[in-house]
Amino acid sequence: MIQAESPPLPSFGAISFFKRGFGTPLASLVSVIIYGVLAYWAWLAFDWAVVRAVWSAENVAQCKAEAGACWSVIDARHRLILFGLYPYEEHWRSTLACLAVVATVVLSCIPAAWSVRRLAALWIAGFASYYLLMDGSLLGLPQVTTDSWGGLSLTLFLFASVVLLGMPMGLGLALMRRSEMPVVRLIAVVLIDFIRSLPLLTTLFTAAVVVPILLPSWLEGDKIWRVIIAFALFFACYQAEVFRGGFQAIPKGQFEAGKALGLGYWAIMSRLILPQVFRHALPSTINMVVVTFKETAIVIIIGFFDVLASAKAAFGTGEWAPHYIEVYIFVGAIYWVFIFSLGQYGEYLKGRMAIFER
Amino acid sequence: MGSADMSTTEQLRARSVRRKLIIQGLLIAVTIAAVWAAIRSAQVNLAALGITSGFGFLTRATGWDYSFSLIARSINDPYSRTLFIGFLNTLFVGFISIVLSTFLGFIIGTARDSSHPAIKSAATVYVQIFRNIPLILQAVFLYSVLIHFPGPRQAMNVADAFFLSNRGLMMPGLNLSGATAVALLLGTVAIAAGLVVRKTPLLRGIGLWLVLSTGLIAVTTGLMRPDDAPVLSIPELKGLRFVGGIIVPIELVAMITSITLYGSAYIAEVVRGGLNQVPRGLIEAGRALGLSPASIWGRIKVPMALRSIVPPLGNQWIFIMKATTIGIAIGFSDLFYIASNSITQSGQTLELIFLLMAAFLLVNFSIALSVNWLNARLQLKAH
Repeated sequence: MIQAESPPLPSFGAISFFKRGFGTPLASLVSVIIYGVLAYWAWLAFDWAVVRAVWSAENVAQCKAEAGACWSVIDARHRLILFGLYPYEEHWRSTLACLAVVATVVLSCIPAAWSVRRLAALWIAGFASYYLLMDGSLLGLPQVTTDSWGGLSLTLFLFASVVLLGMPMGLGLALMRRSEMPVVRLIAVVLIDFIRSLPLLTTLFTAAVVVPILLPSWLEGDKIWRVIIAFALFFACYQAEVFRGGFQAIPKGQFEAGKALGLGYWAIMSRLILPQVFRHALPSTINMVVVTFKETAIVIIIGFFDVLASAKAAFGTGEWAPHYIEVYIFVGAIYWVFIFSLGQYGEYLKGRMAIFER
Repeated sequence: MGSADMSTTEQLRARSVRRKLIIQGLLIAVTIAAVWAAIRSAQVNLAALGITSGFGFLTRATGWDYSFSLIARSINDPYSRTLFIGFLNTLFVGFISIVLSTFLGFIIGTARDSSHPAIKSAATVYVQIFRNIPLILQAVFLYSVLIHFPGPRQAMNVADAFFLSNRGLMMPGLNLSGATAVALLLGTVAIAAGLVVRKTPLLRGIGLWLVLSTGLIAVTTGLMRPDDAPVLSIPELKGLRFVGGIIVPIELVAMITSITLYGSAYIAEVVRGGLNQVPRGLIEAGRALGLSPASIWGRIKVPMALRSIVPPLGNQWIFIMKATTIGIAIGFSDLFYIASNSITQSGQTLELIFLLMAAFLLVNFSIALSVNWLNARLQLKAH
């Protein structure tokens, strides 16, 4: 015989939490063990990172005596990690430039900014202020060329330019893929599937090392721009698939209705289809942007001085060498905060749109 | 303009067809012109560098060494063998990481779906930590920690069988040759494929697979081991180094661990998404029939969820294969590492990048094909 069951528990709230976690002896035991282990680890980390830590660069000698974290290395080296080899007196420019990119990302998350025109204006403005500040020559400041950009500011530069260039390219590829012309469609399909089957590193490596052989020297350009364009192409191929998902959500009748009203292809696309596509594709687009930020870390392999490379340089020299863990945790925390918050925002948005669609 | 008896619609249609033909013709012409120009300038640039194109260099000896290979290697190996070793290494790391992260991903994903708050939050912490930090940063960090480990004499000792030191992870292993081990591995994959073909129910399938695989491995080890050697070889500290067992170099430990942690966090989210989509009514029906939670999981939730899990799971597998290219950041000789080193040493850039791309296309299309096959097997058939 089957026992009569009590009614199902609500899925949230404090009462449900205690009933689910401590309702039976077994559940309580599991709770105690897991929370105990988690709390113990949290305490170990807190003890190491805060209680026994040494904070300022002045009393570095203590680092050897205390067994805790030696945040002195961050105090002494954070400029290198954040700005790389950018001239020391000009660091205020790097700071402002990084803030411009972060502000652009934050502002894009506000629903009031969600029209193609506003988003495009926002990103172009953010990118332009970054470039003007970092390069400086157009503002009458001493010029600093891209070879001296580094650290977190280079990572943010790569990220912003890849998204800015890749988004229209992705839209273009998505439209080509839906084209009525077989040749256009074929080119888009081959390119998208080809790039998506290759590791990002192979694509970037090709742009850095192979493309100079295939181009006449006057067309070669800077390595950094070749890599950015290749990265943007990679982004575009994935983003095209995201847009494709958005297109699939739109009934075919809408396109036909537009045609019946006598609208041309571009009018139908820009007024009727694309606004809906963007709305459907928004959560996945945020996910793509987050992944792109994470993937920029790979450029260290093809010789760029990004935040990971500058972190390595920060402890690479003699006295700080034992404190590599602190440096990696610092850089990891920068990535984590950015990626976690954008990811949570994406989840929230997905939930909100799912409610609207019901 | 047109003749009087032709209607405007037909005129418009004819014009549109003509325009489409012109656009496509232009695109083809531009593509051909670009390819031709690239070939021309490659010829000019390569001639200036004094490089002869072609695959003749594959038979030349490389003259350089690298960190890891599954089969015998020397610096006198030709490029072809060295590249093949790199390809094997990529497949090896990729395969192990795929198996481990799928296994771990199912456990963590199920825990994320649990109604028990402690289990759920532990799994959430895991996913949020490992998914939100770039893989390469995790790999480089782990590798640095491993280099700073003490030497073999002060190795971290777990149960007198596993030792972790800055020379690598020493662990017990079966007394088998490399070729036999690979054959066994393929044998267990074949058993799994056979069970899928026969549509064995999930829980029984996993049980059968474990029994059959263990049996196969036990029998083969019994037959194939050298005469006087024990079945299991356990590492022992002799003087300054370890003897016996399997030695996993730290590059490989760092690769497999970091890729598995990162990959399993992603797969856990795929699994959770799939479990979430199983209609609640089905689970409640199972409960009403008096099924145990394990049966509900194994007979209702997972079989239903698999249909939506398998396609994104396949994408994760392809991602893991591609992720092996981070090997170069920690000195693990995967295919990308070997190809990039070969380019520096031989200058045969175009040929090597072609081989590299071809290898990845081959592997990733094979994964995609097998996932499609698996997916077709899992779909409900209309009767």
